Amino acid sequence: MSLVALGLSLSPVGATAETPAGAPTDWPEPILDSNLRYFVLVDQLEFRGNDGDDLVRWDSEGWLGGDYNKLWFKTEGEVRTSGPSGGDAEFQILYGRTFAPFWDFQVGVRQDVLFGSGPDRERTFAVLGVEGLAPYWFEVTPALFISDDGDVSVRFTATYDLLFTQRLIAQPRIEVNAAAQDARKFGVESGFNDIELALRLRYEIRREFAPYIGVNWLRKLGDTADLAREEGEDVDALGVVVGIRLWF
Amino acid sequence: MELPPGLTRREFIQAAFAVGLLTGFPPWAPAYARPLVGPAARVRGGPPGPVTMDLAIRADSVDIAGGVGSGITLNETIPGPLVELYEGHDAVLRVTNHLATDSSIHWHGILLPSEMDGVPGVTFPGIRPRETFEAKFPVRQRGTYWYHSHSGLQEQSGVYGPLVVHPATPDPYAYERDYVVVLSDWTFEDPHDVLAKLKKMSDYYNFQQRTVSDFARDVAAAGWQATLRDRLAWGRMRMSPTDIADITAYTYSYLMNGIHPAGNWTGIFTPGERVRLRFINAAAMTYFNVRIPGLPMTVVAADGPNVQPVEVDELQIGVAETYDVIVAPEDRSYTLFAESMDRSGYARGTLAPREGMTAEVPALRKPPLRTMVDMGMDMGGMDMNSMEMGEMNMGGMEMREMDMSGMSGGAMQHGSDPSAEPTHPGHMERMDRSEGDASPDSGMQTAGPVVAKHGPDEHGTGNTSVPRVQRNRLGEPGTGLENTGHRVLVYADLRSDRPRHGATRPPDREVELHLTGNMERYMWSFDGRKFSEVDGPIEFQYGERIRLILVNDTMMEHPIHLHGMFMELENGHGEHLPLKHTISVKPAERVSLLVDAVESGRWAFHCHLLYHMKMGMFRVVRVAGRPESRT
Repeated sequence: MSLVALGLSLSPVGATAETPAGAPTDWPEPILDSNLRYFVLVDQLEFRGNDGDDLVRWDSEGWLGGDYNKLWFKTEGEVRTSGPSGGDAEFQILYGRTFAPFWDFQVGVRQDVLFGSGPDRERTFAVLGVEGLAPYWFEVTPALFISDDGDVSVRFTATYDLLFTQRLIAQPRIEVNAAAQDARKFGVESGFNDIELALRLRYEIRREFAPYIGVNWLRKLGDTADLAREEGEDVDALGVVVGIRLWF
Repeated sequence: MELPPGLTRREFIQAAFAVGLLTGFPPWAPAYARPLVGPAARVRGGPPGPVTMDLAIRADSVDIAGGVGSGITLNETIPGPLVELYEGHDAVLRVTNHLATDSSIHWHGILLPSEMDGVPGVTFPGIRPRETFEAKFPVRQRGTYWYHSHSGLQEQSGVYGPLVVHPATPDPYAYERDYVVVLSDWTFEDPHDVLAKLKKMSDYYNFQQRTVSDFARDVAAAGWQATLRDRLAWGRMRMSPTDIADITAYTYSYLMNGIHPAGNWTGIFTPGERVRLRFINAAAMTYFNVRIPGLPMTVVAADGPNVQPVEVDELQIGVAETYDVIVAPEDRSYTLFAESMDRSGYARGTLAPREGMTAEVPALRKPPLRTMVDMGMDMGGMDMNSMEMGEMNMGGMEMREMDMSGMSGGAMQHGSDPSAEPTHPGHMERMDRSEGDASPDSGMQTAGPVVAKHGPDEHGTGNTSVPRVQRNRLGEPGTGLENTGHRVLVYADLRSDRPRHGATRPPDREVELHLTGNMERYMWSFDGRKFSEVDGPIEFQYGERIRLILVNDTMMEHPIHLHGMFMELENGHGEHLPLKHTISVKPAERVSLLVDAVESGRWAFHCHLLYHMKMGMFRVVRVAGRPESRT
């Protein structure tokens, strides 16, 4: 049955048996404009010196797909290299859909892991986000997370590239986190949790490969800061960063 | 050394330079890849008659542009050999594919039966490995053309060459010496890697972006207000005024007849001779500004057919266009200078009475910037010396998906002191960045008139912006050539050399297409739809006269090429409209062309920037209605 249908569709007498180019169906397409492509950006791979609380940190994202539909991954995290061992890591897998010339809508899951002296603590979230280029060249990524406990939190990230030369580029970055509910196990109270400001100065030896130096300032806010104080942690951290940014 | 037949020693040395014979061919190159004859640029002519020629497409290791790269040669050279045909006689061109993948040759600008046109998937299935395709057709035109692969990105790897058709009756101008000047761009990168980089980071190759120090200089020159206004206008649209060329000299070497600037292709003349130079832009992505310092050029043909002679000092040649010029050099050497439009590099050769001569090579001029006119800004018919701010919307391109409310106020407003210097950001850049002594607002004075406004359709997510107003820009010389202080060819100069029968016949129908794109995602399309997103061909009825209107909604020039039929460019010259096979449409421009649909079959229609075509700026035109009567 299907073979017959196939035979008919390939038949030259069939009035509609043609490619979008109007050519016989066994001819190749004249151009292939929708090949599967990929992109991996390791935006941060750095050592961060935080006044005796040093750590190695990464922040990476990428995609596999076409112009309209993409499979995204994002991961960030840090591992302490001085003081008590431990760290945290976050992984996201997202489906992305282009909904405007400069914007992708993203939906998927996020998995967090906190590890250290005690047992590992894990959380899973649903993710709703947007990623794109805002007017005036700001790369922005607002995202909404809903944890498996039903906790809702949001994160907003923005960066901007400031060119000193064609290769020497300063990148200010801001990240703000806020939560709707307490999640004390994870050091989070409701309200604004923290703000992070950073400035990285990179030199693009190649576009794909750029070592950088910079400063990073993290400040916990509101009840989250109080919680940190209770537990004897610092509420702010000013660090010097050294790292490389690369993509392929 | 035994010379191949038909070559002088000088030509042989040139040829050898082109393909690297003198600098040694790499030992790992297979024997068949060893080039024996290079491309001769001298157009020799001969007794008119049918021509049969074989062309072999091969993957070779080539010495080119001062290095060794992986290329694809035609008869073992890049560019391929000069094909000389004769009007009124048959041509038989046999193309053999020695690649491991499919290939093709398209005869650019040649009128022929559709099935000979050489576009895989449109006019034939392509040439499979080890197969030969025979293109056989009667030659019914004259002039300078070219040929190239229409498969994948093979053209970037070297599959292109010049094609000259000798006329059946003498041309109405005289010359004693005749050369093709094939301009092209070469990269040692795999062209697929180049495309992959553009898809990931579309400004990868742009090393002329505006920096903090440019900002400081502009502030010093034009003040804080104007500079900020300018930066905000571009930033709001998320577009860069330095986006002149997608691919630049960062990876490209620019070649003249296959030879890089240091190799210095030389065309010899005998003093007293007039020389015909047939410029062919066979580059994948590069527009060139062509000039011969000290030597005026008389343009006598454009895209093949003759035009009424017009003398210029410089011309901008879009990708895939050809221009024939006649020059009358004195007994000295001259530099043939072909600067890439973004001015990141150049192709160069020498016109000299004797071998071994050179002439001064001009410095590259400062890179141009896109202007508010390119944005499609509505200037509201304002008087530049007393700008009425109320009339003026600085918004330019329509914002997509974002709130428009803040656009026309605040930062976008000019100061309204009528006695003040014009503070238009576009002007400021012209003042600051271009040499010459033109008046501050000449950038605006030279902009063509507004002829239409954009409709509500913004062409989807594959298009970033639409120009608020569309202009007739046929009188403009092209990006960066506004204030050269010398004569630059404009499209409005082109007049067909003889009145065309039926030229004043009104069109039966209009077809409007918008050139669209999303630079950030490196998507290119017509009407916001990539080729893979359209249902079928654009249908013309045989015998119809179509008015084809092209509107460029993007911020870049696009050289739009129609296969199989010439387009009459409606530039106001009545029965003398020039014929074009490739029309370079400027940013925010609205161009009108007339096409007599008198060639049956399917014809490719696309942007001739290779990577734009490959990313979807491609359509098929089908002329239906009288296929059986074709012979």
